[in-house]
Amino acid sequence: MTDLKGKTALVTGASRGIGRASALALAKSGAQVLIHYASGAREADAVAAEIRKAGGRADTVGADLAAADGPHRLARQVRAIVGDRLDILVANAGVAKSASIEETTIEDFDRLFAVNVRAPFFLVQQLLPIMHEGSSIVLLSSLAAHAAVGALPAYAATKGAIDTLVKHFASALGGRGIRVNAIAPGVVATDMSSFARTDEGRDYTLGLQALKRIAQADDIGGAVAFLASPEAGWITGDTLRVDGGSKI
Amino acid sequence: MSNELENKVALVTGGSRGIGAAIAKRLAANGARVAITYARDAEAAARTVKAIEGAGGKAVAIKADATDPAAVKAAVDKAVASLGKLDILVNNAGTAIPKPFEETTLEELDQVIDINLRGVFITTQAALKHLNNGGRIITIGSCVGERMMTPGLVAYSATKGAIRMFTQGLSREVGGRGITVNNVQPGPIDTDLNPASGDWAVPQKEATALKRYGSVDDIAAMVAFVASPQASYITGANLTVDGGTNA
Repeated sequence: MTDLKGKTALVTGASRGIGRASALALAKSGAQVLIHYASGAREADAVAAEIRKAGGRADTVGADLAAADGPHRLARQVRAIVGDRLDILVANAGVAKSASIEETTIEDFDRLFAVNVRAPFFLVQQLLPIMHEGSSIVLLSSLAAHAAVGALPAYAATKGAIDTLVKHFASALGGRGIRVNAIAPGVVATDMSSFARTDEGRDYTLGLQALKRIAQADDIGGAVAFLASPEAGWITGDTLRVDGGSKI
Repeated sequence: MSNELENKVALVTGGSRGIGAAIAKRLAANGARVAITYARDAEAAARTVKAIEGAGGKAVAIKADATDPAAVKAAVDKAVASLGKLDILVNNAGTAIPKPFEETTLEELDQVIDINLRGVFITTQAALKHLNNGGRIITIGSCVGERMMTPGLVAYSATKGAIRMFTQGLSREVGGRGITVNNVQPGPIDTDLNPASGDWAVPQKEATALKRYGSVDDIAAMVAFVASPQASYITGANLTVDGGTNA
């Protein structure tokens, strides 16, 4: 178990799924966690309540990360709560849409890139003034960035952009002692992706994997907490695949 | 640390010093009973065992040259006989002979392949007979198995690239038993073989994003995480721990 006592963390998209599991894992290790949500205020409150009930510290922050100034507004709220010290940023918030090449609209495409790429980019930019030696940034990539799965080329491209940002952010911020990594989950059973819950989805997923079980959000949360911790102090610029050996 | 490896048994090859010794100590600190193999340095192996026992852990050292199939098989059997079972195998034993490609002899090539690739193959085959379902196989590759910024390591990097695909290939065969197979890829780590000071260290340090060498404990921490229950869904992965060398 990693020790994050006294650390402050922001997890975007933390009202459910992988973000929620990440927030709970960070809180369990002792971090004070800010639970960001876009529309799920009630679910976010429930996550914060669960953390407080276990003796942890948590607050919720709402912001629309599809808006151009969303990251800037969120960063201001974060600074109002944690002051001048953010140790962990987990930029998990994302949107997915299954759409073939022909079906993809310009609106879909722009929204995917706004939430999945533009928002994490500018959130990092806006929070850098309060990040410092030892701070850790974890971005969310995807199996889809590394191999064709399903029909979601535009979504997959946003995650490919994340892998690229990880390399460049890590290199640019290494001198300041700030680490940047990504986690690339495979097919996980979450609210955003109910695919793995269908019979067809289950067969397809297990066909891709070396391991013969479907991932739950907690499988990703543990890896997020590890990368965020001082235990991973010499890991930067890497995308960690947590996918049960999918399409390897 | 924690007790999340309590009641687990681990075997670490090349565990007498450097990265291997740090891995053995860390797995023991997390509750595992640990067997280490060593090729020559019995004194160093005894020191590692003593350090583990001094911290309240259980460890045994077994002499076995990684290139000798009979010795490796006997060592695996002895580890299981001494500690009761096997849950975690760490293929750490390795070697490098840095020199220009055109000066590398066939004997040197064979030696690097024998220890870094054939040794891993032999050890893993012997260990799999004993390895429990839900177990872990962890290979220690290198960040140069993926990208190469410095000359003089052609044979070494070729074997570490091979270890990547060994890991991915084997993960497909043992996934049904819930056994994960992962490849931890260190960058420049401060050890006797590659000290963080001196001329050879300058370009390696410069190539990292964090502008420093890593420590053996950085690798041990990743191995401990992969061995833990939290990492049961990670398999066939190449886990680079290199201070951003490959960024």
